[in-house]
Amino acid sequence: MYYDHFVLPFTIGLITLLIYLCFKYYKWIKSFPREERKKIRKGLFSLQTIRSGWEIFRESLLHHKIFKTNPMLGYMHMTFAFGWFLLIVVGKIESMVYHTSAFNPPYFAIFFRYFHPANETFPYSETFAFLMDLILLFLLIGITLAITKRFYSRLFGMKKTTKQRAYDLLILTVLWLIFPVRFLAESFTSGLNGGGSFLTYNAGNFFGSFLPLEHLSYPAWWVYSSLLGLFFLLLPFSRYMHIPTEMVYIFLKNWGVKQGREYNGYSEIQVNACSRCGICINTCQLNSSCDINDIQPVYFLRRIRNHEPLSKQAENCLMCGRCEASCPVGINLNAIRQSQRPDTIRVVKDTYAYVPEPEVKRAKVAYFAGCMSHLTPGIIKSMQQIFEKAKVDYSFIDERAGICCGRPLALSGNWQAAQIVMDKNQEMIEASNADILVTSCPICYKTFKEDYTLKAQIMHHTEYIEMLIREGQLKVNNMDVKTVFHNPCELGRGSQIVHAPENVLKQVSYKITTVYDGKKSLCCGGSLANTAIDSGQKTKISGDTVKAYTAYHPDVIVTACPLCKKTLSKTSTEIPVKDIAELVAEA
Amino acid sequence: MAKVIIIGGGPAGCEAAHQLANQGIEVELVEKSNETGGNLNNWYQLFPDRKYAKDLNAILKGHLEHPNIRLHLGMEPKKIEKSKTGKFNVPLTDGSLLEGDSLLVATGFKIFDARRKEEYGYGIYENVITSVELENMFYNHAITTAGGNTPKRVGIIHCVGSRDEKVCNYHCSKLCCITGVKQAIEIRELLPEAEIFCFYMDMRMFGPGYEEMYREAQEKYNIKFIRGRLSEAAENMQKQLQIKVEDTLVGKPLRMTLDMMILLVGMESSEGTRQTAGELGLNLAPNGFIQPQDPHYRNNFTNVEGVFVAGCGSAPMNLTDTLADARSAASCITAYVKNHKI
Repeated sequence: MYYDHFVLPFTIGLITLLIYLCFKYYKWIKSFPREERKKIRKGLFSLQTIRSGWEIFRESLLHHKIFKTNPMLGYMHMTFAFGWFLLIVVGKIESMVYHTSAFNPPYFAIFFRYFHPANETFPYSETFAFLMDLILLFLLIGITLAITKRFYSRLFGMKKTTKQRAYDLLILTVLWLIFPVRFLAESFTSGLNGGGSFLTYNAGNFFGSFLPLEHLSYPAWWVYSSLLGLFFLLLPFSRYMHIPTEMVYIFLKNWGVKQGREYNGYSEIQVNACSRCGICINTCQLNSSCDINDIQPVYFLRRIRNHEPLSKQAENCLMCGRCEASCPVGINLNAIRQSQRPDTIRVVKDTYAYVPEPEVKRAKVAYFAGCMSHLTPGIIKSMQQIFEKAKVDYSFIDERAGICCGRPLALSGNWQAAQIVMDKNQEMIEASNADILVTSCPICYKTFKEDYTLKAQIMHHTEYIEMLIREGQLKVNNMDVKTVFHNPCELGRGSQIVHAPENVLKQVSYKITTVYDGKKSLCCGGSLANTAIDSGQKTKISGDTVKAYTAYHPDVIVTACPLCKKTLSKTSTEIPVKDIAELVAEA
Repeated sequence: MAKVIIIGGGPAGCEAAHQLANQGIEVELVEKSNETGGNLNNWYQLFPDRKYAKDLNAILKGHLEHPNIRLHLGMEPKKIEKSKTGKFNVPLTDGSLLEGDSLLVATGFKIFDARRKEEYGYGIYENVITSVELENMFYNHAITTAGGNTPKRVGIIHCVGSRDEKVCNYHCSKLCCITGVKQAIEIRELLPEAEIFCFYMDMRMFGPGYEEMYREAQEKYNIKFIRGRLSEAAENMQKQLQIKVEDTLVGKPLRMTLDMMILLVGMESSEGTRQTAGELGLNLAPNGFIQPQDPHYRNNFTNVEGVFVAGCGSAPMNLTDTLADARSAASCITAYVKNHKI
């Protein structure tokens, strides 16, 4: 039996961790709404489980998404995760080949160099020793990068790295020490007894030339085991909880579990799956334009986890979704933040009794401009021209009187009041009996799709125009203008509409390709979701956004949202800002 | 003889030129358009006495026929430089070079572009016009809609582009309130049967006779004043305007159909003001106008020695204040050139 007392810290730490994790995940999953729990049972034996395994390999080990953000940063994360994984797997295989049994105690593989007498060879023992040294070297490089990142984050494409607290720094230090100490323990043992490969063997000889290895080797293994044990005990209360939780989250996500309006166990799992990589700090325009540095998801989720006051931070967010799009874990950051905004406005159905029942003409296509479009009559006029040009049987249902779609209320957390507005509006839309509901406002569009139960097919005007052109109902000319496209947050990232507006724009103008295309678009700064910043700060964001587009020297900045149009026009005094519909009407 | 360059031949520039010339100082007056008078050329009658703008303009123009004044019409400075010796060199677009001991910035204001307030529909709906375009109708003694009809109901919208953070203008343009009152009375004189409404946030009657004129507008001319800001306007088939506005005194939303809507456009610092400030390194206030050294005692001084400001380059002001400001600037410049023994 291979045993020594020094394995105890590691073993106790590991068992405690596993029991704690099982208890936590059980508790969280139990708190899911019933229909979400059902999805787990359904998904467990589906293809999605295999897909999740693949995703875990790609994201939790290789960190493919972080690689895409910045190769250096991805490499650093990969050396840690994949390196440690390989160290465990290859070590386990090595121990099994040596022991010729699948059942050896878990610590055996970890402390293999201690238990294995170096003079005793086994099949491929030298290859294994070489591999294990190689992986260890790989890990040590990762640690060097991580330490460098702490001090020179710009090398990793990050203007700012996450600010950690004392407790986080403690466990960070423990983690950083684990592999150098393993390296020392293995080198010392090799220096004494032989064994090891290019790294530990040579290092052992080197250390042996001036250090009393016989007094150092055994304590080094104690330190190594204690560091591992300590790391396991600290893990659930540190950000490294993300390592096991991210895997659980990937399974749940692929099985189709959805984050609802309420904060529940699924939100807890996501909060704990945040690795605090800090990528969200860099994509946040409140950071880059307004120097607001305490509200980004990395800090906000930490506040939730630590039960710290967060009402101020919950309100101070544009909900543009840039962080969500860049989050390597894919956490539902907007929904979680929205769930932390208090639902305080109390209204009843009668509150809106004074709103007259609108007379709605029945037609095949219902056009709902939305409140914001009523502030940009240029867009409405263009849409009317397009409908007439394409000879569409349409009804402008909110021409004289309209009701808010309810999303602004919902964004502020007031779901209860929003629901009443939505119900009222739904009645009016249903009265049109249309097959297609076209709206000019991405804010309305998103909520029509997600929160309403409408019979009609819901289309944003960019999708609808694309369809008219595709089906030959609308002829357009390519005008000699250079354009850049500002995809509104609620349309591109919010509702996955990326190709339709770009296709249309390419058919009516020369569209310049920018780094902000598609889901990488910027926020205009006019977001209804942020009630914390003042108009000066909003103007600053809008000005910076306009500057970013102006760098491409377009003739026109094109968007597809009345709110974006208004917000960008406020600072874009040199270059006109137009909605895609206006451009199509001209073409 | 000391020489002063004045950029801008509006009322402020003309009056300052006249005052400086009378002090025995040579004046080079640069005006980019082909006549002096600036924005005064766009006005028909002036508040509060209903004097014809062209009469005042004629007086100002007459004063320029002074041997000490050289007028450069239709010309703009290519650049403005201050040399190490403190002299100002201004090459003009015709190739001539002006040299001066001091420089007066009288570049004035520009009218807010009402298209930027898209919800009011200027440039989109044919019966939405600005207060400046209305002056032109007064000049022709005829107020008609774009379709050639006599409007039965007219709405005047105050604070368009002023006191509005949504267009980044926090400042009050000061004159639009009384302009609105004056124009409402003029409309009444031309359209005795029409309903006339003014939609305002506050009525700021700051000058002598203004409050009296406002009262008269209500009592004698039956102009209806509604406190509330216009939220949006739409056009119907008859090309009328359907507006949504809140009557904040009654506390109720209001819908109304208008035959014609007049936007009281506010004042912004002109391109000339910004350009001159940029070249000379003059400080601008957050509202975009030139920042004087001190609001009370040194309101004609800028942060650059020898550069003075007069008129609406530093803030919106009415003609009374503009002319007084020009005289004040002239007296400051006279003292400056004397102290420097030029």
